[in-house]
Amino acid sequence: MKTLAEAKSKLPLFIFLTPILLWLILLIVLPHLDLLRMSFRIENDYGDMVWSVNNYLEFFREPIYWLTFTRTALYAIIVTFLTLCISLPVAFYITKVAPPKFKGFLSLLLLMPFWVSELVRIYGWMILLRESGVVNHFLLRWGVLRQPVEMLYNDVAMTMGLVYTSMLFMVVPLLSVLDSLDDSLIEAAFDLGSSMITIVWKIIIPHAMPGIASGSIVVFMLSLGNYLTPNLMGGKNSLWFTEQIYNQFIASFNWNQGSAFGFLLLIISSLIIFVGLKLTKQKLSGVIQ
Amino acid sequence: MHIDLSVKHVSKRFESFTAVDDVCFEVEKGKFFSILGPSGCGKTTLLRMIAGFEEPSEGNIFIGAQNMADIPPNRRPVNLIFQHLALFPMMNVAENIGFGLARRNESKAEIKKKVADILERVNLPGFDSKKIHQLSGGQKQRVAIARSLVLDPTVLLLDEPLGALDLKLREQMKIELKKLQEEVGTTFVYITHDQSEALVMSDHVAVMNEGRFEQIDRPQNLYSKPASPFVARFVGNNNRLPGTCVGYADGIAELKLTSGETIAAGTERQITPGAQAELFIRPESIIIEPAEELPELNRIQVMVSSILFDGANSQLLATSPALAEEFLISLPQNRQYEHICAGDRVEIGWDFRAGNCFTVP
Amino acid sequence: MKEKVLSLMVAGVFMLGLGSGVHAETLELLTWKGYAPKSLVEKFEKETGITVKTTFSNNEEMIAKLRATRGAGFDLAQPSQDRISSVQEKFNIYQPIDYTKIDATLIVPSMLEAVKKNTMVDGKSYGVPHVYGTSGLIVNKKVAPDAADYAALLDPKYEGRVSYRLKRPTLIAMAFAEGKDPFALYNDAEAYTALMESIGQKLIDAKGLVKTYWTNGDALLQSMRSGEVNVAMAWDNGGWKLNAENPDIDFIAPKSGALGWIDTFAIPAKAKNVDAAYKWINFMMQPENAAVFTNAEKYGTASAGAIEFYDEAVKANFQRSFSQADVDNIKWYPPVPAKLEAIEGKILDKVKAAQ
Repeated sequence: MKTLAEAKSKLPLFIFLTPILLWLILLIVLPHLDLLRMSFRIENDYGDMVWSVNNYLEFFREPIYWLTFTRTALYAIIVTFLTLCISLPVAFYITKVAPPKFKGFLSLLLLMPFWVSELVRIYGWMILLRESGVVNHFLLRWGVLRQPVEMLYNDVAMTMGLVYTSMLFMVVPLLSVLDSLDDSLIEAAFDLGSSMITIVWKIIIPHAMPGIASGSIVVFMLSLGNYLTPNLMGGKNSLWFTEQIYNQFIASFNWNQGSAFGFLLLIISSLIIFVGLKLTKQKLSGVIQ
Repeated sequence: MHIDLSVKHVSKRFESFTAVDDVCFEVEKGKFFSILGPSGCGKTTLLRMIAGFEEPSEGNIFIGAQNMADIPPNRRPVNLIFQHLALFPMMNVAENIGFGLARRNESKAEIKKKVADILERVNLPGFDSKKIHQLSGGQKQRVAIARSLVLDPTVLLLDEPLGALDLKLREQMKIELKKLQEEVGTTFVYITHDQSEALVMSDHVAVMNEGRFEQIDRPQNLYSKPASPFVARFVGNNNRLPGTCVGYADGIAELKLTSGETIAAGTERQITPGAQAELFIRPESIIIEPAEELPELNRIQVMVSSILFDGANSQLLATSPALAEEFLISLPQNRQYEHICAGDRVEIGWDFRAGNCFTVP
Repeated sequence: MKEKVLSLMVAGVFMLGLGSGVHAETLELLTWKGYAPKSLVEKFEKETGITVKTTFSNNEEMIAKLRATRGAGFDLAQPSQDRISSVQEKFNIYQPIDYTKIDATLIVPSMLEAVKKNTMVDGKSYGVPHVYGTSGLIVNKKVAPDAADYAALLDPKYEGRVSYRLKRPTLIAMAFAEGKDPFALYNDAEAYTALMESIGQKLIDAKGLVKTYWTNGDALLQSMRSGEVNVAMAWDNGGWKLNAENPDIDFIAPKSGALGWIDTFAIPAKAKNVDAAYKWINFMMQPENAAVFTNAEKYGTASAGAIEFYDEAVKANFQRSFSQADVDNIKWYPPVPAKLEAIEGKILDKVKAAQ
């Protein structure tokens, strides 16, 4: 009898869990297992598929692949850092400085660009920055420039585009974490003789650390996995690792190599995040919530 | 006499609202000075101006001999204990206390020694490495005080720091704080809305109302010689009896009550006949069933409406056509008045000079 | 009460299913942008009652999509004729065309024969020609009057004003510009790799001249319109569209030969509505319908009688850009053998990664 009652009490749990589990298994786990299997298959000289780790070795053997990955990861880190540098003052202003009645409005302003798709946002930037674009037009008119300058298609433009695209994902966790910071902590530190810089380092950043960590993880992953922005704004010099994965799948029809790259991206980016968490002494469980 | 804090004609206006209105006072070195007032009276604004978080709209603040105008909080020789203490949760006790010292670039060894000393002083030896969330309310209190005292400020400002504690602990901390202040000899400026805190701990108390100081005096004088009706009502319990002055001689005004009776009202100030006046009389100044032969007594017949038993603080409430408001009367628990019940009619009386009479402005 | 609600709901769901079943005849079309003009789609839907759903793509993505589903999800695809046979051999994503269901009189016979031959696998053919066109140069003649061949894309004279796609046609074109014939090396992987590597190196050396590698045709046209790009390798129809707005800009058949391509109709292996697919093919090849498409998109069509319905401007475009010698010199893409894509892909990656 007891077991029946127990089974009965667990039934609703199963009913709720089943769709989630199905979703996880069918749409996430199974495809990844297939990709994992594919990444260990290569075509030998006779055109037969055989097991091999060659696809992974290829990444390390061919400098163009790991150099591209290094470049992509470095830029993702730079983008994450810049986004943090810009978002922290913005979030601080919204939570602590701005009059309360404007807070909602300011948050809304931040959110607004995200009502349109990333593609539209990027094209917006391209219209502004291109050689025949809006910015050049005004600089010429005001006599700042004599000749229009191409501001697109370089790493600076690409970095800026990525920072812009990911800002919201940094600001939102910072807003909530700074909102929970008691103003009197800042005043107390001030009262005890701190300068503004020490307050930022000793009070605000340590308090905001969980938000900084979760924001940074999201921004890092988004930048690393971005395809459109580097491609469109970075132009001819901006080979991004995701583009290489895309090329393997689409242009070269080499799904096996593409899967191997996909898994390398997953593993190495997880590793970078792990090192980042260790360095800042954060726990993943504390950051996710 | 050395003056540590001197506030001269300080006002603070927020748009149309005046939070602090032309306040002047001085605090001698080593004294415990309290500012007592109801919430919203401007006392916190005044304290924040002394700490440097707000700029006065008018007037000057001097600490020692130095004018504090344009000096930011981090460079003022005062420290503030916040209402909710504002201990840094990301640091341990020693780091909290050493925070201000580290900002002064003192050596690690020096900081360690000073932190250990002050922890000893506030009775928390060995608490250095405890996390803030591991401390009890009273321990947090002491850490907050230690964090400021270790910087040896000229003046220590305290913003109702006992407000968050429960009653028992508050009583205990009152005494502890007073002792500590006497030991270290630092000048304390303490703000509170709790008159008992102010009266117990302070050398001098300023009573503040609507941005102004009503009276600055020793606690005993505040109680026995209030300078204004507000002080009379705010400090301790008082019964109010309004009337018209019909005569004045030698510190006693004759007050005609609305019921037509005339009583004698002791006063510190001249009251011109014809003026509206009110008499304040403390519950413990009223005698229940006074002996017939006692001279110079105002006597009134009242009806007991209820008895409020509270041990040594027991009181009874009484009404009478002569009294505009219900009277609160001390009920000594010496068995003499055990026979009085609610609904009884009794005679009460008080000495001609027992109360304080003020003209109504 | 509960049961009543439930049965109502079941009935409702059933009717929805039934309802959509009645009107369910749809044609899932996987094609290029512009290949299914709205006016023709509406006309077709009116005539047949079949709803057309279009998905825009390009050669590489078309193949990847069909490969992922093993030929399911679409009723009709439009890959280039040279990208069918090797893909079909390897991934088996198409089904053979039943040419009896196609009105052969509607199609230019030489093109039909060529496509049949090029898309043949194990004796069966998989393609019907639809659209043809060429890749060549779009040039702003006012600024770059001397640009006559692909070599202009590597000419320092046009520094910062050059654009092309980082795709295989660019490699092929550059090889022709050097006097080589890459198509002849299609079956000699080693020689082909060597040739492509030398071309790749040239592109790397000349990378500084490039404004950007274009990926979106409309974006390229915008760049040429605004004068940011003056010499580009692109499809003929883009040049002709620009010529209508600005006579200085036009499409040029390069001296070493424009690259000719034919886009086809091919039926995916697991197509659900094969009949609708054949209906669409026959509909699109009707001369007047084919002309509507050509007049809008400027591409040539394999429809036999369409030329009578062409706009004058469209006829003029072709005569302006192609002399008879240019026409004879068009390099039609032969079928691409497997493995070439991987060789080219790596070289293109290197070009993109080079600083």
